[in-house]
Amino acid sequence: MSSWIVVPIIIPAMAAALLLLLRRSPNLQRQVSLAATVLLCLASIRLFMLAIEGDVLSYRLGDWPAPFGIVLVLDRLSATMVLLSGILASAVMLHAIRGWDEKGHHFHPLFQFQLMGINGAFLTGDVFNLFVFFEVMLIASYGLLLHGGGPRRLGAGFQYVAINLLGSTLFLFAVGIIYGVTGTLNMADLAGKVGQVAAGDAALLRTGALLLFLVFALKAALVPLHWWLPTAYAAAPAPVAALFAIMTKVGAYAIIRVFTLVFGAEGGAAASIAAPWILPAALATLAIGAIGVLASRVLVDLVCFAVVWSMGSLLVAISLFDARSLTAALYYTLHSTLIGGALFLLSDLIASRRARWRDDLEPSPAMANAAVLGGLFFLAAIAMSGLPPLSGFIGKLMILDATRTAGAAGWIWAVVLATSLLVIIGFSRAGTMLFWKSEAMAGTLGPPPPAHTASIAPAAILILGTALLSLGAGPVTRHLEATAQQLVTRQSYVDAVLGQPAQAQRAMEVQ
Amino acid sequence: MEILVASAIGVLSAAGIYLILRGRSFPVIIGMTFLSYGVNVFLFAMGRLTVDMPPIIASEAAAYADPLPQALVLTAIVISFGMTALIVVLALRGYLETGSDRVDEGIPKLPEPAEERLTS
Repeated sequence: MSSWIVVPIIIPAMAAALLLLLRRSPNLQRQVSLAATVLLCLASIRLFMLAIEGDVLSYRLGDWPAPFGIVLVLDRLSATMVLLSGILASAVMLHAIRGWDEKGHHFHPLFQFQLMGINGAFLTGDVFNLFVFFEVMLIASYGLLLHGGGPRRLGAGFQYVAINLLGSTLFLFAVGIIYGVTGTLNMADLAGKVGQVAAGDAALLRTGALLLFLVFALKAALVPLHWWLPTAYAAAPAPVAALFAIMTKVGAYAIIRVFTLVFGAEGGAAASIAAPWILPAALATLAIGAIGVLASRVLVDLVCFAVVWSMGSLLVAISLFDARSLTAALYYTLHSTLIGGALFLLSDLIASRRARWRDDLEPSPAMANAAVLGGLFFLAAIAMSGLPPLSGFIGKLMILDATRTAGAAGWIWAVVLATSLLVIIGFSRAGTMLFWKSEAMAGTLGPPPPAHTASIAPAAILILGTALLSLGAGPVTRHLEATAQQLVTRQSYVDAVLGQPAQAQRAMEVQ
Repeated sequence: MEILVASAIGVLSAAGIYLILRGRSFPVIIGMTFLSYGVNVFLFAMGRLTVDMPPIIASEAAAYADPLPQALVLTAIVISFGMTALIVVLALRGYLETGSDRVDEGIPKLPEPAEERLTS
């Protein structure tokens, strides 16, 4: 049963190897890659069904006993995140096979490796393997970011690679310090051992924990570590940027996992060490993101800053680390991943229909499919900026409700609501410019590019996803409440990883 | 030995950080390399410094060298080596295509070629 856990890592790894062999037949490559992604999606549904039975499952690779071997752990949180990445990846793949994958070499193998890294990061139960899967994910993302080439991507790519190499080095320093003072890197084992660290090593442990937080915050684009995101995502090919919508969530996931399980309330000398840093930084993230949305003059930049802004809302909710705020944070994670992906795909669809105007926020003659695209953009903007009735509104309401009793509730409410207003203004200005002012402008775009209505489907699927997330908010929230409860209690996680050997040992002692 | 290793890590990291803050791509890459050397030695030292101790279980051994950091360092070396190769190629291509190797200037906003569009 528990061997299912390794499947979401194996499928993309095998698919990537196979796709490399098929590089001479692009059509077959597309079919195999799409099939592998859909298969991954089905496998993650299976894992999700396993996880919602309520038990935490662990899989020991090579059957080496924990904490010595490598473990993969499936709980409600990791199952939800793997499912989310499967859904997003399927929609993005449908968009990519309509032409983007031919713009350079090896799009499909890199895409699969990226999925392998993302799923591995969600499933691993070991800090060093988290580093390894981060690297798998990043190395694939370097290739995908550069897909298609051009000076702009090379410039943005250098900065992206450099900042992430620095992040990886810091990650290793953190791993080294934590191993040095506790003697283990298995997260469940760490959860028990951080409390027993000698008083003289407490400062080292705190340094390690904060360095780790710094690395995850870099991935999650927390201000002031967010500057890489708008440049990199705006330069990336559209389907890649849409897939990257889940990469910031990997950072948020790592913060949730490590700072509830290991350095949570019972984390010894480093208990709740990240919490005081997250809140002010998240509020600054909200402000910078919203200002960026207002200042953007190109649609894709606007979407990038909207992603930064949504990470701010997400991290505000995380900063409290209690069951209610984690529920809100997880709901908002689902919402912002789907809608972030949808907006990147939409901005690409719009850019491909506007000839030399591309996605600049300037009036141009009306584009093809303007009515459908305009409608979808309207829905996506409503969802992203948090207006009723779509999931952004529900997510924001949950965050505001969960933070009502917090010490800094006044600050949180003021910043969240004020920046939401700025984002609404930004999006309505962009929509007006792209659709209404363009409608009023005379002339044509020149020879119309071939624009099939079917190419809009992937973006529409993602927007439909947010609509379903709003319609099914009741069951989704109940599931996420159970998830948050599992995170806060943490004993079930530790037992699932370390329990069996301890029981076996006891059985042997009895004999 | 402690003071020697500790100061080596310190000097490597300091040199690395200084070089990373420079404005051209080559010093940044060298700085990156220094920093990754520093972190490799650091990881290695986190298994405690021992001399002439076996890393595997032996009946006559009085004490052991921790084998785990050695495995971690090996992984870290492989990854940082590959990444350094990638960023060197990237910097070189960027220099050849834009004619500038400065990393502190904005990203060139050149018009993208027409075939960049989604063709569907």
